[in-house]
Amino acid sequence: MMSFSPLEWQIVRFTLAVCAFSTLLILPVGLATAWLLDRYHWPGKLLVETIVTLPLVLPPVATGLVLLKLFGRRGPIGYFLSQHFDVDVVFTWRAVVLATAVMSFPLLVRSARVGFQGVDQRLEQIARTLGASDVRVFFTITLPLASRGITAGIVLAFARAVGEFGATIIVAGNIPGRTTTLSLEIFSAVQLGHDATAYRLLIVCVVVAFSAVWLSEVLMKRRSMG
Amino acid sequence: MVKRSPYEETIDGMKLAIRQLSLRLQQFTLGVDLDIQHPRTAIFGPSGAGKTSLLEIIAGLRKPESAKISFNGQLFDDSGRNYSLPVRLRKLGYVPQYDSLFPHLSVQRNLLYGSNRKPKDHTLNFHHVIDFLEIGHLLDRHVHSLSRGENQRVVIARALLSVPQLLLLDEPLTSLDAKLKNAILQQLQALHREFAIPLLFVTHDPAEAIAICEEALLLQAGRITARGNPAELLG
Repeated sequence: MMSFSPLEWQIVRFTLAVCAFSTLLILPVGLATAWLLDRYHWPGKLLVETIVTLPLVLPPVATGLVLLKLFGRRGPIGYFLSQHFDVDVVFTWRAVVLATAVMSFPLLVRSARVGFQGVDQRLEQIARTLGASDVRVFFTITLPLASRGITAGIVLAFARAVGEFGATIIVAGNIPGRTTTLSLEIFSAVQLGHDATAYRLLIVCVVVAFSAVWLSEVLMKRRSMG
Repeated sequence: MVKRSPYEETIDGMKLAIRQLSLRLQQFTLGVDLDIQHPRTAIFGPSGAGKTSLLEIIAGLRKPESAKISFNGQLFDDSGRNYSLPVRLRKLGYVPQYDSLFPHLSVQRNLLYGSNRKPKDHTLNFHHVIDFLEIGHLLDRHVHSLSRGENQRVVIARALLSVPQLLLLDEPLTSLDAKLKNAILQQLQALHREFAIPLLFVTHDPAEAIAICEEALLLQAGRITARGNPAELLG
């Protein structure tokens, strides 16, 4: 029962690769957003906070529809990319990356922000008295001291990406060998009555999600104890 | 043989000028206008008198409502021109009351963190400083494993290794037992002689001010109410 077919292996590899890529893609933007939200007050901050949180509360299908309208060939961003860079997004692997990135972005930002909040800013000041520039302080003091929150955010974002379904199916479709992810394939297998396939892929999902959440909890506990 | 410090020439003519400093605190307004020229000066006063706030303003860690501060001719702050020299460019060693070692770094990496500034002579080299403060055996330790006394010695060494032109010490002996306090007090007494770096020493203990400093400023409710020889003023 546990032997995977070549197609199932391809789906597992594709899902993990796409989710890892989308997590890496949102990492710098997510860290910058979390840091700016934690450390500064600026006009429009509340609006950005709300927009960042929206994918958590909107139905994923609705988020997918917004992305489809924006990145479709006739959408403002999709048209621009198609005309100037000859790049199509929707119904390609890029759409899977886009959907998973947007859906997991809030989780990364929220966890990273908790990480930054936990950094004793007096230590950053001490580093400055020792001659460190703001950039050096960020990379040698702030980032390492916030690392548990950041790591937890990365793990949660990756796990959310693996489990993403609603937005992905709207913006990327379910094209075998091109955009089919674990979640989409489980859905198809159940629809077609291929229970064995569904269960095998379900186990992969459970293992990935369990490992991610467990790791995140361990890191958060170590942070609160340390 | 008398050792020369990289800042010996500035010590002879050390001048910390603070003009029209004003900062509203909870109970009162900190208001200071003075020159500090003695290389070992104590800011003495009861808890909550504004001593730490004054030190933080000098270090650039706290923004006053108004102030013009310069050290040996270098302008630190001028609120009239909305100017404030960045903390890292002030070259001040700061030893705060709170735990300030970086918890994710070893003792050695803490010590080396600020050692990018090059001293002009050898008095402030790494081995000399750790020998002087007797912390050589702590280098590979994690900071969480240090006792309070060890922690304070490492903080002082780290500040020295950043080659400061002035060392700001904010009650560095608080919460130490009498034996440890005495040991570090002796090291602080010898520190100026050894490295010839001027000290601004905040304390609420008259004995510490008398032991270490040659001038004391009495700060009460945000105002300097008296200044003079520590033994005469506080003894």
